[in-house]
Amino acid sequence: MATKLPKTDVVIVGVGWGGGIIASELTKQGLSVVGLERGKERKTEDYYMVHDELRYALRYEMFQDLSRETITFRGNEKIRALPMRSYGSFLLGDGLGGSGVHWNGQTFRFLPYDFEIRSKTIERYGKNKIPDGMTIQDWGITYEQLEPYFDKFEKVAGISGEENPKGGKRSDKYPTGPMKTTPGMKLFADACKGLNYHPYHMPSANLSDQYTNPDGIARAACQYCGFCERFGCEYGAKADPVVTVIPVAKNTGKFELRTHSNVRRVLHKGGKATGVLYVDTTTGEEYEQPADIVVLTSYVFNNVRLLLMSNIGKPYDPKTGTGVIGKNYAYQVLKGAAVGFYEDKEFNLFAGAGALGMCIDDFNGDNFDHKDLNFIHGANISYSQTGARPIQNNVVPPGTPTWGKDFKAASIKYANRHLNVGAQGSCMPFRHHYLDLDPTYKDEFGDPLMRITFDFEDQDRELVKFMGAKCGEILKEMGADKVVANTKLAPYEITTYQSTHNTGGVIMGSSPDTSAVNNYLQMWDVDNLFVIGASAFPHNSGYNPTGTVGALAYRAAEGIIKYHKKPGSLV
Amino acid sequence: MANETEDKELKDHREPDQSRRNFLKNSGYAVGGLIVGGVVGSLLRTPKKATTNNNANTGNGNNGGAPAAEPVNFNQALMYFTQEQFLITEAATERLFPADDNGPGAKELGVAYYIDHQLAGEWGNNGREYMQGPFYKGETTQGYQGRLKRREIFDIGLQEIQNYSNKKYQKKFKDLAPEEQDAVLKAFETDEVKLTTISASGFFKTLFSATMEGVYADPLYGGNNNMNGWKLKNYPGNQMSYAKIIEQDQFAKMPPVSLKEHLPHS
Repeated sequence: MATKLPKTDVVIVGVGWGGGIIASELTKQGLSVVGLERGKERKTEDYYMVHDELRYALRYEMFQDLSRETITFRGNEKIRALPMRSYGSFLLGDGLGGSGVHWNGQTFRFLPYDFEIRSKTIERYGKNKIPDGMTIQDWGITYEQLEPYFDKFEKVAGISGEENPKGGKRSDKYPTGPMKTTPGMKLFADACKGLNYHPYHMPSANLSDQYTNPDGIARAACQYCGFCERFGCEYGAKADPVVTVIPVAKNTGKFELRTHSNVRRVLHKGGKATGVLYVDTTTGEEYEQPADIVVLTSYVFNNVRLLLMSNIGKPYDPKTGTGVIGKNYAYQVLKGAAVGFYEDKEFNLFAGAGALGMCIDDFNGDNFDHKDLNFIHGANISYSQTGARPIQNNVVPPGTPTWGKDFKAASIKYANRHLNVGAQGSCMPFRHHYLDLDPTYKDEFGDPLMRITFDFEDQDRELVKFMGAKCGEILKEMGADKVVANTKLAPYEITTYQSTHNTGGVIMGSSPDTSAVNNYLQMWDVDNLFVIGASAFPHNSGYNPTGTVGALAYRAAEGIIKYHKKPGSLV
Repeated sequence: MANETEDKELKDHREPDQSRRNFLKNSGYAVGGLIVGGVVGSLLRTPKKATTNNNANTGNGNNGGAPAAEPVNFNQALMYFTQEQFLITEAATERLFPADDNGPGAKELGVAYYIDHQLAGEWGNNGREYMQGPFYKGETTQGYQGRLKRREIFDIGLQEIQNYSNKKYQKKFKDLAPEEQDAVLKAFETDEVKLTTISASGFFKTLFSATMEGVYADPLYGGNNNMNGWKLKNYPGNQMSYAKIIEQDQFAKMPPVSLKEHLPHS
């Protein structure tokens, strides 16, 4: 029997960006919050030996232990889903701060088009532009409504940047100026200007300058050490929940963090959540934590899995297209890219920062005419210099042998003589892309694993063809001696790293028939249960998701505070 | 030789403790500005001579330009491999990443020791990977679905390299001419060798990626001997900051620094 603990106002499941933001905002208003985190505590001091590519990037130091829990994957419903036995396509965060610790810090706002994608696509191109099976829908919120929350997140995190000439209207500038400009970034910016595009510095959570945020949290500037993605920041310069929102929550005295606490079920009765059931993974003991309000703030897969395992909400059925939990799983379409080789120029590619780059949105969202194109939406195209660590970066021109003497010579020669331009393609949802519980494979507790059914579609292949060519065109303009553009997209596979930008499954919208949560991320079916994260995205944009996750979390926090004063539906 | 020149540069121009102290002073981490706790604070320490050979047990032998006795590297012993397995691995990885005019190859960099040590640990045992059944043959898009762990795959793969060499050339793999060794490796890479228990090309891929790790991982893992792997690429290793050079046009060549330099010397 589980030990029943004293009731709290709010319990949050997973303490990353979502959990940290909710905890800080709620405790500042005097609510008592218990944060359950299944991983361990993390702090800046942990990263004393962080410049270790093998340990962090290739042995996955910061990530979930897959021997305990993984996901299963299949390309379509006709084949058997099998477990992701080792890491590849994406990396699951674990421990305090979650994926918010090992990210690169590229912090974009989704475009106004994203939030009204269905209406705006039909308005401009007609209904037939949306192919059969593509289940895009409006988000139940507009960019203008969400703008203040973007602003809030950017100020708390201290985002460094300059205005995106092709983005939504801003109420204020970024709290810190853009990052430094490397020679490669300058080449990209000049080339784009020459092509009449609109380059701007990538918005960055790696601080360009010392900064004190509105909560009084002071952080130092980025040192461009070249170890961001897959690493924690030894300086606390990269914004992560551990160095921004979590200390604010802790300082109120109203936040109780419990690490090594793995939540297995959301408890509910008569249409209300009553608390959660969790296991202390250090002792194996089970606890019940009752709460007035339950907030799921774990990663996409676990948000969906907890709802399905707890029998909350109607599971999505791809045959009928009805039900919502697990619906509209989407990802990121990244293969549209090009590499340029330089014979007479060497760049300091070993140096860099996770969000050090230059980009354009001329081909993102609906910023360009899709009338004669066989896809909708687009991609942010960028050159970024994140630090070319030596094990994982061995780029050689096509035709070079893949090992031996010639490979060695070419990989050494071009180590600092190549530049990559890449497109971060949006990903549209389809009726047959979804998440559900695997019928066969179990986690360490015997609970079913999350099952992903997903593959790339014609939409994605057309997008990659278009974007790969654009990337190549830009690199030619950047003066590369040899440009190799990739315009082909193979079937989705789980073994090669692409991005940890998984989205959907508990999507937001304006109707309980087509969405799981409203625009405060409050569940339609259980009004004291909020589900926060990229799980709320009805599709994924041509950007990194964290900026929009942060904005939605601040809006949800406002909703929860309202709900605490006056229970009921917030919309 | 380029690497010898760099070694000399390293000895002549760099005193890692001093540069780190200067960095801390100049960047305002230690005095004034924001107080940043943790990692950086603990780097302040008394300057002392540092070793330039991270695998060596003797710390100060290379300082001052005086000739020093060849230090013993206690790390170069076997944790997992048999001697035969080690010799096959050493010969094979040297073909994947051979010594040439650019500098040392896998053998001199200690790659076979690196692989041995990795197989002895969590990676060799697939310790943090999902190894529960049932096991089914999947699509290639679904990744590895076998029940064998990496060390078992190496046991089989190395034995099969030996068998193939014996059968085709009546010699052990390590005794073959370089071109013959390449032909054997190629036969594994392309699955020309038909194996029933493991995928020959899958084993080849693991061997190759482990070789690259052994060449370029921090020397603390037993490869990248003396940071000579990093020197091939002008990779500077573990540096505190590139803020000063990040915008500059010309290439910034600097002697590499390993994680060993990050530890206070007692």
